[in-house]
Amino acid sequence: MVTTHNPPAPRMATAPPGLSRPRRRRPRATAGSGRLAALLISPTLLVLTVVVLYPTIVALKDSLFGTAGIDPKTGFVRDTDPFVGAENYTAIFGDAGARFWNAFWNTTFLTFTTVALETVIGVAMALIMHRAFQGRALVRASILVPWAIPTAVSGLLWRWIFNSDGIANALTGRHVLWTTEGFHAKAAVIIADVWKTAPFIGLLVLAGLQVINKEVYEAARMDGAGPLRQFWNITLPLVKPALLVAVLFRTLDALRMFDLPYILIGAQKTSVETLSMLAQDQAANVRFGPAAAYAVILFLYVFLIALAFVRLLGANVVGDDEAGPKRGRWLPRRRTEVAA
Amino acid sequence: MLAGLAALAACGAPGGTVAAGKPSFEGRGPITYVAGKDATGSVQPVLDRWNKLHPTEKVTFIQLPTDPDAQRQQMIQNAQTKSDAYTVLSLDAVWTSEFAAHRWIDRLPQDRFPLARMLGPIVETGKYRGGLYAVPASSDGGMLYYRSDLLKRAGIERPPATWAEMTADCAKVRKLPEAKGMSCYVGQFQKYEGLTVNFAEAVNSAGGVITDPVGAPHVDTPQAKRGLDFLVHSFRSGIIPKDALTYQEEDGRRVFQAGKVIFERQWPYMYALAAKKDGSSKVAGRFAVAPLPGLKGPGASSLGGHNLALSASAGNKATAIDFMKFFSSEQLQRFTLAHAPAAPTYKALYRDPTLVKKYPYLPTLKKSILHAVPRPRVYQYGDVTAAIQREAYAAMTGSKNSEQALKDLQKALQLPAAE
Repeated sequence: MVTTHNPPAPRMATAPPGLSRPRRRRPRATAGSGRLAALLISPTLLVLTVVVLYPTIVALKDSLFGTAGIDPKTGFVRDTDPFVGAENYTAIFGDAGARFWNAFWNTTFLTFTTVALETVIGVAMALIMHRAFQGRALVRASILVPWAIPTAVSGLLWRWIFNSDGIANALTGRHVLWTTEGFHAKAAVIIADVWKTAPFIGLLVLAGLQVINKEVYEAARMDGAGPLRQFWNITLPLVKPALLVAVLFRTLDALRMFDLPYILIGAQKTSVETLSMLAQDQAANVRFGPAAAYAVILFLYVFLIALAFVRLLGANVVGDDEAGPKRGRWLPRRRTEVAA
Repeated sequence: MLAGLAALAACGAPGGTVAAGKPSFEGRGPITYVAGKDATGSVQPVLDRWNKLHPTEKVTFIQLPTDPDAQRQQMIQNAQTKSDAYTVLSLDAVWTSEFAAHRWIDRLPQDRFPLARMLGPIVETGKYRGGLYAVPASSDGGMLYYRSDLLKRAGIERPPATWAEMTADCAKVRKLPEAKGMSCYVGQFQKYEGLTVNFAEAVNSAGGVITDPVGAPHVDTPQAKRGLDFLVHSFRSGIIPKDALTYQEEDGRRVFQAGKVIFERQWPYMYALAAKKDGSSKVAGRFAVAPLPGLKGPGASSLGGHNLALSASAGNKATAIDFMKFFSSEQLQRFTLAHAPAAPTYKALYRDPTLVKKYPYLPTLKKSILHAVPRPRVYQYGDVTAAIQREAYAAMTGSKNSEQALKDLQKALQLPAAE
């Protein structure tokens, strides 16, 4: 990346975005070094093929098969699953699709509400953690405790809290049966999930905050900008790359939500059944075809959302320097990269 | 070893007439016993005893997770990869049909096991379409736990045998000053397997059935409606508190032991815990058990318990059959019962004076099991229980009337059976 034949363009941090995109030509790789490169990355490719590519292809293949029926004469299930083509996919548009769409909307609803709340609370946490004050280390550590607890365990913890005579009801003075069907079940999942994962966003945003140069704030203060103005015009734009990555990761995670509703509310609960839970339920009932089909649909959904993030919002996940012209305004980031 | 083979050959002949092409149980050597996590620690000593007597046919204990779903999943994986890692499986009673229909387990020679000495309904849980696929090793039946002290004080002499009696008794007890604020009746009504158990008991206790022996559903009947209506009306009138919609076994046990409820439908395991005198139970010495009540007389319990099955892809099946016989034997159940409360499968153990003295619930449990009806024996049990939970829950919470719920259930249950 660093070696260019052109005289290095003056890539100043303040250069207007988009104007200076130095043409780069890499030295032509020799046949020998190419072979060496292939050799060096081949273990990685091999591992990726085994753990990513192969399962994906098998899942796609499985999703084209139906479920073996029972032979009424013998009472035994037939040996082979019938090939049904795209029937597992088209079924979601038929009568039996109600359960799928319910799971789809649950997944979407839970994802958007939890991620939105987590972002707001996470940023607030980061701002608090960023402040220099006594006992800061303790606050940082305690904010991170929920994140350190395994989801399954926190699901159990919250099940106690949301018990019919648990703390949640005692504190609010109401008698809500949280783990029964209804909107309150969704609310319980949202509360527990936000509690657990807001620290994740907080942590990533904190890292983003720490690279912002203090001089920028000093200059803003000189110009008479108040704290709110500083937050909107300096903190937020400068922390945006870190925040976007955090939000993207959380979104992708939330779309695959399984353990929290499964443990906190329970399987078979229409109110909180997500796509992952639906796929798991099908697989557990030895219907691998539909299970694979749901998993593939979830995969595509997650993929599309990730793509939208990268394209529309310009989330820079891989830290690629040449990602696009928009990236120019993230000044501090560029500066550190140039310095490196 | 030769003698063993000879004995096996002798036994094989009458079994051979049952069905053509049935597996031959051959081969001796080390095998495995696969079950959920052993909380009481009583399994390994038993295996040690077997291993001492059979040094060349040792049994290794493979412990699976405590969660039944995880156990089932690992057993299915073992079957689908046709692995010989698992030999003898400890199956939940309701899995028998599924495992048998998929031919993951072998059909067993009935004459090799003392089935006649076991309680009839328990043996039924090990059968699929008339054939024996699993040998009962332990059972479980629901009983009505009740506050004997309060009933006595209210002038009631014997525990209720019908739902109407239970409702009337509850009204009387609740008039007592010391019963202020108590709930009448709880069971397991959270939307999970326990709800299927409680719904099945209500329907069976009103004279209805869920599925017939072939697996065809019959829930759209007046009898089934009367059973479901008992639950629905009890929720509406407050006989069952609304909180019970979130109760699993342990939640119900907690409120019963805290003295907050008069009647509870519960498994035998609670007996020893509720009778503890260390302060954990407020009702020690103040409760007793009775068979479940029904519509017109004693009700019908569902059956829990575990059965031993033989993995179809396993080796050393001759050893496995011998081990299953040993592991389900009466002596062994007596031994386990001495360590922890359980529901044995042999009739004789329910009459044994020393055991009855230790576990006063045994005679009641026997009555309960003799009236018991196994949960639906269908190969797609997972779908059936999900549909039951969905519709029963909808009716109990009032989002559907019971007639509509049962109609929808009938339709849902027909789908898997129709294939």
